[in-house]
This record gives sequence, structure tokens and C-alpha cells, in this order.
Amino acid sequence: MKPLFPVLFALVAALCLGSLIVGPADVGALDSLRALVAGGDGPLTLVMREIRLPRTILALAIGASLGLAGAAMQGYLRNPLAEPGLIGVSGSAALGAVLAIQTGVSAVFALALPLAALVGAIIAVLLLLGLAGPRGGSLSLILAGIAVSAMAGALTSLVLNLSPNPFAANEIVFWMMGSLADRSMVHVWLALPIMVVGWALLLPLARPLDALTLGEEAAASLGVNLTRVRWQVVLGTACVVGAGTAVAGAIGFVGLVVPHLLRPLVGARPGVLLVASALGGAAMLLAADIAVRVALPGRDLKLGVVTALVGAPFFLHLVWRTGRTAP
Amino acid sequence: MKAARNRFGAALAVLLALAGTTFGQGATDTARPGRVVSMNLCTDQLAMMLAAPGQLLSVSHLSADPRGSAMAGEAAAYRLNHGRAEEIWLMRPDLVIAGSYSARTSLDMLRRLGVPVAVMNPAMGLADISDRLREMGAILGRAEAAERAVALFETQLAALREDVARSPRAALYYANGYTSGDRTLAGEIIATAGFANIATEAGLPMGGHLPLEVLAMAAPDAVISGRPYPGASRSEDILDHPVVTALRRRSEGAILTDRDWVCGTPKVLSAIEGMRNIRRRMEIE
Repeated sequence: MKPLFPVLFALVAALCLGSLIVGPADVGALDSLRALVAGGDGPLTLVMREIRLPRTILALAIGASLGLAGAAMQGYLRNPLAEPGLIGVSGSAALGAVLAIQTGVSAVFALALPLAALVGAIIAVLLLLGLAGPRGGSLSLILAGIAVSAMAGALTSLVLNLSPNPFAANEIVFWMMGSLADRSMVHVWLALPIMVVGWALLLPLARPLDALTLGEEAAASLGVNLTRVRWQVVLGTACVVGAGTAVAGAIGFVGLVVPHLLRPLVGARPGVLLVASALGGAAMLLAADIAVRVALPGRDLKLGVVTALVGAPFFLHLVWRTGRTAP
Repeated sequence: MKAARNRFGAALAVLLALAGTTFGQGATDTARPGRVVSMNLCTDQLAMMLAAPGQLLSVSHLSADPRGSAMAGEAAAYRLNHGRAEEIWLMRPDLVIAGSYSARTSLDMLRRLGVPVAVMNPAMGLADISDRLREMGAILGRAEAAERAVALFETQLAALREDVARSPRAALYYANGYTSGDRTLAGEIIATAGFANIATEAGLPMGGHLPLEVLAMAAPDAVISGRPYPGASRSEDILDHPVVTALRRRSEGAILTDRDWVCGTPKVLSAIEGMRNIRRRMEIE
């Protein structure tokens, strides 16, 4: 278990480097990195600092956020299927973001975009916890999640179809599948502060989540404040998912696949799994974002396509296993 | 199906042209369609330029929108249609002119109702414009007016062409990072105005997706983009990306295409003239 973290760190660092040197502009890796660090007047500095650097930072931060949110929700609900993308939290965040953009609020006040997505995500998490109960039985959680997802998706499509802008309706795919193409440092500064707040809420959940594996009464007797934990999960997840979705669309399956892959490696302790999943999520999203650029350069293949190709079979496997063990 | 429709349009045009010439002046009034409805932005413009007074009954509603129509003022004098078979049939036209992108179901319905429909292809380049003028002249039985328009257009176009010592490099850059190559109407407009199109350097003669990174590395002297539509979209965000803003700072700022660029009609002359003036200002700097 000990070498896991150094390995994850090394993987994330290598993928960050890869993300910085892969792109349609045909430039050598060393030249690119020199332009990034040393700067200069040439167009290469512009490419590195304004196109590739924000893309790498966003993949890193959003991937870490999704992994962390998945691990936190699964730990808190003690349900292996809980994942922000699958149960409609990302979709609702996208709806909030689309509303902020189409009403023009985000043009008046830039932070309105991630904040609206945050509100969308909070409403979805509260709705899900209300419908599925704090224990979050698998079936009721998934059913509630399908309902929230479908509703958020339909409303997002409706808002975009009503827009006077002819391009808006074509962007339904972006909001449902996610992409990091052509983002800038502006988007990094919009999303990152709210994500940091979310990380600050979710990471301290390590001990309470460990305690919750013993059951709620036992956790309470160990001094865990259950109401507080609940709100930390709700707000933390909403912050990280909302901010990420506002700038990159809804990217699914990262929060599902990563905790599951890493859980056996950390001895099934939800506390340690939080940090491990954050690193794993960052690695998965960085890899997916490199894959979309290498596989179909210049086509803006959506990130959600790649994560779903990996994640959906995984999800089926989990459903099959869950169905057999808990009828 | 499309080919069949084009043949039909062409056959009709020939028929009308023959009718116009063989029967001479006295017969033109009966051969010339008297109640014409146009249902495409670009055929609207050609029809408004060439139709005899009272001959054109209705143009599409797009022509009345000054954002996209170069002849919104003229269009105000006509009834507006929305391209629907029902409303057009109720106008009792004896000829409907449509573009090759018009709704096929509406056109089929009109044909079933016995209304002659002429379908015109859009002009893909400057060389097509004279052909389209003549085609519209034949359809409307206004061949002489068309010839006068062609002569005027070709004289003005020739006057706009000039030898350029050093062509500034320009990028046509639209929402979602799309670019137009040399073999498009927009590409020919800037080429005639004396610009070199970087889409050609990037290997996109017809245009296509030009990644932002490739645009930045090409470092064009001017970035020409579409006017933003009302409402917001992520697709148009790319035109405000710091990289595009930085490139614009090198030239005279944002250069926007407008309604004169939309249709292959003599209106493109003012688009070419506008771009030529921008190029001349860039030479002085």
C-alpha cells in the first residue's frame, strides 16, 4: 500500500507533461517546454501559456475533483454506484451553467457561471439525498438519479433550443459529454477557487468516513457529527462538480471507475481512498484528454465519449455484481 | 433527387428564356411570370435586383432582417414568406424560386399543387455570380436586365482588383474554430482584396476546422471573423479567446464579416472594397 501514492504522483506528473507537449501545433517537446517556462515574444509562448497550460490545469483539477467527489459520495452513502455524473449532479450543474449563460447573467458577472452551476449541483444532491434517504439504498438512489439526470438533460436541451443563437442548440453535446478544447486561463480562474473550497470540505472527511463504515450509531459514538458530515458531502460535492462542469461540461464515469480501481489497493478504507481517488481521477482525465487529442486531432472529440467507453462496461459489471449480492 | 430538381430548374429556365426571345417584345408579358415568390435569402437578392416592377410578390423573412440581409430596406416593399408551402400557395404564385438548401418537403408540396418551382444553386465563388445573375434573368424573363447587371458587376470587380506587392496574411476564423479556404466565397473575397489566406498554408483549401494552436503558430496579420449572434454560445467563445485577442492586437483589431459576405450577388463588391481598404490601411502602418 505504501508505494501507491508515489506511483500515483509519478503517473499524474508524467501525464501532465504529456498533456503539455501533445497538440495540433507541430512543435518539439523541448522547444514547447522552454517557451512555457522562459517565455518570449513568439507564438509558441502564446500556445503554451494560453492554450495548453490552462487545458492541463483544468484536466488535473477537474479530474481530481471528480475522483474525490466519487469517493466521498460512495463512502458517505456506502453505495458503490454513487457518482456525480451518473446520478444527475453533473447534469444539474450543467443546467445551472447553461441558464447563467443564456440569461446573460454570466456576461455581467463572470463568477455567476460557476456559482449557478454550484446551485444546480446543490439542488440535485439535496434532491437525491431526500429521495434516496441518507442511507442511499442502491435501487432508490439510481432511480432518483435517472429521474434527476433526465430532467436536467431535458431542461438543458430546452434552454439551448430556445436560444436566439444558432450555435447554442448544437452545444447540447458539449454540456452532456464535456470537453476541454479551447479553454483559457480565464476559465481556470473561474473554476479553481470554488474547486479549492470543495476540496477543503471533502478532504477532512477521511476520518468520519472511516468511522461510518462501522455504521451510523457507532460513528456517532466515536464523536462524528453526522449532520455536519452530511452537509460537508453535499456542499463539497456541489462545489467541485459545479465548478468543473461550468467550464468543461458534464464528464461522467471518472468518479465511478477510479475509486473502484483503487479501493482494493488502499485496503478498502474510504478515508485513504479520498486522496488516492483524487490522484487517480486526475490521471484518468489527463489520459482521456490526451487520448481525444491523439485519436482525432482537430475534431474536438468529447471527453465524455472516452470516459464512457471505459466507464460504461465497468458500470454494467458493477450493476451485475450489485444485483447478485443485494437482491 | 437533387439532380432531378436541378434539371427541372434548368429546363424551366431554358423554356422561359426561349419564350422570352422567340416571341419578341409583344409576347414577353405573357411568357414572363407575373407573380413570383422567392423563398431563399440569396435568390431574394437576385430577384429584387432583376425583377420588373410588380413582378416579384414575396421574399423570405430572412431578407427583412438587417443582421443577415444586405437588402433589408428593399425587402420591406414585399410580402414576407417563411418558406412554408401553405402560405406560399395562398399567394397564388405562378413561379416559386428556391435555393438548393430550401426545405424539400415544401417544394414537393408546391409542385403537387401545380406551382412551377425553380431551384438555384448558391454561388460558391465570384466566378459563379455572373452565371447566377443570368440564370435569374432567364427565370424571370429579364435577360437584358441580367446582362446589364453582369456587365456592371464585372466592370466593378475588375476595378477592385489591383496588384499587391506584399499580401498580408489573413485568417477567416468563425465559431467553433472553423475557417474558410480559398475555394469559398469568403476566401475569394479576401483573395481579391489582396490578402493571402492562411487556410491554404494549413492545407485547408475548402476550409474546415483550424485548431486554435495552429492559428496561433501561423500568426496571421489579420483575423477576420463572423459577427456574433444575439444570445450567447460556447461555440463563439473561441473568438474571445486570449490567443485570438492577442492576434487581433497585431492588426487593426477585430475585423468582422457582415451581410455583404453572405450571398454570391453583386453585394460582395462592397465586402471586397471594405477589405481592400483595410489592407491599404495595414500597408501604411
